[in-house]
Amino acid sequence: MSGTALPSEASAIAPQGFGGMQARSSEALNATPRIAMRNLDFYYGDNRALKAIDLDLPERQVTGMIGPSGCGKSTLLRVLNRMYSLYPGQRATGEVMMDGRNIIAPDIDLNELRARVGMVFQKPTPFPMTIHENIAFGVRLHERLSKPDMEERVEWALTRAAIWGEVKDRLHSSALGLSGGQQQRLCIARSIAVRPEVILFDEPTSALDPISTLKIEELIDELKRDFTIAIVTHNMQQAARCADQVAFFYLGELIEVAPAAQLFTAPRHLKTQEYITGRFG
Amino acid sequence: MSQAMAAMPTAAAPPRRRASETGDRIFEMLCRGAGILVLLLLGAIIAGLFIGGWDAFRTFGLGFVTSTEWDPVQEVFGAGVSVYGTLLTAVLAIILAVPMAFGVAFFLTELAPAWLRRPVGTAVELLAAIPSIIFGMWGFFVIVPIMAQYVQPAVIDTAGELPLVGLLFQGPPFGTGLFTAALILAIMILPFIAATMRDVFEQVPPVYKESAYGLGATTWEVMRGVVIPHTRISVVGGIMLGLGRALGETMAVTFVIGNANRITPSLFAPGNTIASLVALEFGESELGSLKLSALLALGFILFVISFVVLALSRWLLRSRLRA
Repeated sequence: MSGTALPSEASAIAPQGFGGMQARSSEALNATPRIAMRNLDFYYGDNRALKAIDLDLPERQVTGMIGPSGCGKSTLLRVLNRMYSLYPGQRATGEVMMDGRNIIAPDIDLNELRARVGMVFQKPTPFPMTIHENIAFGVRLHERLSKPDMEERVEWALTRAAIWGEVKDRLHSSALGLSGGQQQRLCIARSIAVRPEVILFDEPTSALDPISTLKIEELIDELKRDFTIAIVTHNMQQAARCADQVAFFYLGELIEVAPAAQLFTAPRHLKTQEYITGRFG
Repeated sequence: MSQAMAAMPTAAAPPRRRASETGDRIFEMLCRGAGILVLLLLGAIIAGLFIGGWDAFRTFGLGFVTSTEWDPVQEVFGAGVSVYGTLLTAVLAIILAVPMAFGVAFFLTELAPAWLRRPVGTAVELLAAIPSIIFGMWGFFVIVPIMAQYVQPAVIDTAGELPLVGLLFQGPPFGTGLFTAALILAIMILPFIAATMRDVFEQVPPVYKESAYGLGATTWEVMRGVVIPHTRISVVGGIMLGLGRALGETMAVTFVIGNANRITPSLFAPGNTIASLVALEFGESELGSLKLSALLALGFILFVISFVVLALSRWLLRSRLRA
């Protein structure tokens, strides 16, 4: 799909460790791309952190991004919602097309873009207000809803984030009293409430216990019916469980992108092979 | 080792360990002494003020705090007018300074380009380095005439005509008075409040701000929705810090407050603060007189008010100071 393919003998290397993985249909990946990156470069000052990335995020699919620390996968997420624009000295060049517009162009309305491309961070970031207000805060930025409509939206978002049952009796108590896993699902609900088209997950479970992690993973699987999802993870099993297609990054380059089953069982590149078998990273 | 020592031209090496033990002990005693001395000084000042003011407290009772009488000829003294002036000017100064300080802190943390942050931040901090006598002179020669010629006549003619609210803006436009004093105080405490606000705003973890930006919030919405809720206790602590300074400020206030011992509803009327009254009258008080005792009692009251405000401020800022 991208990058330079190794000679065919590379794929003959026996894959290890992912035998029990559930294979996903690869024909689904032919869906139209929600976001299409072409020749995307990113710079922190003079440091080129992403090099000529060509990558599609297929509509209503989960794209997993893996690679060793510092390979540029989180940077890529921060391009997709223009978070980097908050910081002087960071810039992107190339094309990131969404609905026929290049979202890294200077004339893009960032507030509108970020309403369409939501983000969930590594650490849960509940705001110091009530559970209800956490959800309503984001909605109010973009829509004027009547009180009953707002109640409905809050319930809908919390239900979609699989946390409604746990918080419905304490909507008006502080969000800071929730457990870490609940806070993370609250943050997902907060993103959903704005009704984005794309949701970016930046290592959403690395601060959570295994049970909370499982819940988030199930949730991501559920959410892809309505949203296009990109997830950065250090956990390859997680990428294998959640993602439809997986992209492997190394030193700012996109080495390989393939359907999850294929990337983990028959990687075309030696580097990918080495990484997924734990030889570096 | 000992051979090498013996080979050295200077014969007897000093007993190093014991010397440093004695030195350690002396140093420890000096440091402990310095620490205890500060506590003793604080206690001695409070006690000295209270004992000095005891005569006045005994003569006038608790009514001393509220009585508005101040008649050196009849030897009748009350703290009411100056306590009122102290609290009014300090609170008014806070009302004027807080929005400005917030603007400065907001600008410095969120809006200013990186190259402008240092110079503007330093300029604000240098405002705190200006001696208060200079604020007094500047206030008297620059602000008072402007207030007398332009601001006060205009306000008296407009807002002064309104029912109820008008009471606050009546009387002759002297230029001096409680409002002018509060204005000068506001400028003097601005840097303390702005610096505290800037520091606590900067301590909000970037990921929280990014979460709000990530929902499509504007800079102001991030400020209102995330930064202020995160920092409000520390912000109040910073305001109390400014209040504490405004309460005790003497020189600049004495220059512009007009020095009159009466309470009127108008903010433009001349008045007094505890500090300005003491500064003016202390030199004319005989040793052992009831007047001197009344002034010391005033000092005690001011000490207690400032102490409570600053203690509250430290308590509110405790999480930030610990970090």
